[in-house]
Amino acid sequence: MSHNISSLGYYLRVFATLLILTAATVGAAFIDFGAFSTPIAMTIAMTKGLLVVLFFMHVWHSKKLTWLFAAAGFLWLVILIGMTFGDIVSRGWQGQPAL
Amino acid sequence: MSSQQTASSAALGKADSVPQDSYISNEYGIKSWLLTLDHKRIAILYLISMTAFFFLGGAFAVAIRLELLTPHGDLMEAETYNKFFTQHGMVMVFFFLLPSIPAVFGNFLLPLMLGAKDLAFPRLNLLSWYIFMIGGILALYAIITGGVDTGWTFYTPYSSTYANSQVMVAGIALFITGFSSILTGLNFLVTIHRMRAPGLTWFRLPLFVWAHYATSVIMLLGTPVLAITILMLALERGFGMGFFDPKLGGDPILFQHLFWFYSHPAVYIMILPAMGVISEVISCFARKRVFGYHFIAFSSMAIAVLGFLVWGHHLFVSGQSAYAGMVFSFLSMVVAIPSAVKVFNWSATLFKGSISLQTPMLYCLGFIGLFTIGGLTGLFLATLSVDVHLHDTYFVVAHFHYVMVGGVVMAYMAAIHFWWPKITGRMYPEMAARFSAIVIFIGFNLTFFPQFLLGYLGMPRRYHVYPDEFQVLNVFSTAGASILGIGYLIPMVYFVWSLWWGKPASSNPWQAKGLEWTIASPPSPHNFEQIPVVTEEAYAYASDAQFVSAFDTDDQAKQSSHV
Ligand SMILES: [Cu+2]
Repeated sequence: MSHNISSLGYYLRVFATLLILTAATVGAAFIDFGAFSTPIAMTIAMTKGLLVVLFFMHVWHSKKLTWLFAAAGFLWLVILIGMTFGDIVSRGWQGQPAL
Repeated sequence: MSSQQTASSAALGKADSVPQDSYISNEYGIKSWLLTLDHKRIAILYLISMTAFFFLGGAFAVAIRLELLTPHGDLMEAETYNKFFTQHGMVMVFFFLLPSIPAVFGNFLLPLMLGAKDLAFPRLNLLSWYIFMIGGILALYAIITGGVDTGWTFYTPYSSTYANSQVMVAGIALFITGFSSILTGLNFLVTIHRMRAPGLTWFRLPLFVWAHYATSVIMLLGTPVLAITILMLALERGFGMGFFDPKLGGDPILFQHLFWFYSHPAVYIMILPAMGVISEVISCFARKRVFGYHFIAFSSMAIAVLGFLVWGHHLFVSGQSAYAGMVFSFLSMVVAIPSAVKVFNWSATLFKGSISLQTPMLYCLGFIGLFTIGGLTGLFLATLSVDVHLHDTYFVVAHFHYVMVGGVVMAYMAAIHFWWPKITGRMYPEMAARFSAIVIFIGFNLTFFPQFLLGYLGMPRRYHVYPDEFQVLNVFSTAGASILGIGYLIPMVYFVWSLWWGKPASSNPWQAKGLEWTIASPPSPHNFEQIPVVTEEAYAYASDAQFVSAFDTDDQAKQSSHV
């Protein structure tokens, strides 16, 4: 990458973006988006997480192997959340109230 | 023995005659151990501390079996019994079984097998041991100051709301210990990727290394979930935050989902390194390359991934949806395949091998039989309808002890006998060792086989009293436990004895393949004088029955008459 990844300004720009997104989270909490409230909050949070992982944790500038392990972490998160929700969503199908 | 082999082993013997400055003798004093960065010394620190935890966990087991000798609660109260089985499980799982083979043998052997001078991060390695000890001492503190009574699984709502014991302290202890596991996994992964000797390609790696690679992946990806789960439990218990309590907006079985997301794969953290040990030992004592090397290597990786997709088989009767149950049941059947691949391949390795029944091999054969029983009974439990009957009975207890004691501890014993000459530079007494291996095998089966029957007949686990009709089988089980206990004490005695009076070991007493056997016993502080260059695949044994006569053991004299 052409960016100097050790320069302070580079990190400050990422930090500023994180602060703006934090303000967006707070702002979104005051507005009622109905069913979209949670997806919107989650999207902002995930963007922030991604910024931290890619830039503060240097994954963006790392080798493919590092990308692979970082991606594996997210794949595992998908397994954890996906299969747990598989249970919670399908509980109602048995004629019992869904929790 | 052919003349060429004689010549090479003689040359090895000369080059490595009693090293002056091994990793043990190069420095003295308590500081040289507690501040060491040498992976071999750190392995010894783990060995000593985990042996202590093993006997502590064993002491709880003895008390449990004594109580169950009679149908009445005549030794301890129900609450004390709850604490004893909880502490038995907690100490054995978190402070012995999980770290056992990786922290001791992985630490000691990975750099040796890779032709490296140490692990990638020696300081991190020492830090892992300190974190392990802080967690362990905190767990001891919890045990001494009131104990824990939730079961090693810490299920809510009991652990979050009702238990009055030291749940918080024990939880923090496990939270801390988890980081030791994460750091060890990270260290191993980087070491295996970056520190292989020239010529040591991925498919020339010993299967022990492949097994530890797969284990490290699980440690790294799974353990954080345990830490988060414990943290959530602590937040609900301490601050009333609603994660699991429906009254607070939580989901009542979310804890079980999160706990088993880590704790089922944790079974593979225990068993995969054990499988790695078996591959090493079986090829050495069958004098054959492991059958289907690639299949065993990839089955380790398959287990690491598939092991994360099956946790729901612990929740079949907990209120999990039947549809989720069906998916988890099916996937649990699937994960049995890579384990079965290994068992078949080991059996095929034995076929037409020149087998010799040295102690490590006895444990190895014990492992294959007992692990197979443990694995197959796991399939019974993974079957939805059968599990309704067997859930929470002694059948489950018998099943996981066949996997963890019959599997992991057997492999641990195989490993400690196989590599004892390398670690200490001394041979253990072969006849005493074979005797205790047989005692352990008999004691183990007598302890746990009756528990399959008890569970099938409907005896629930975790009660200190039971109907009179179950007494006969419980007496068998307790009798077996005392035999098993003696079986574990005998090696303690002869291993300590061998440190002073054991026959000095040559660099390669088993005539085994692998880089760790090309250097002195015990190795020098930096392992290799020159970085080795690897030119052949793993387990390049020349099938030769008379190799057996070269074994450097007690009965060498007896066997050498064959030459
Ligand atoms: Cu499981």
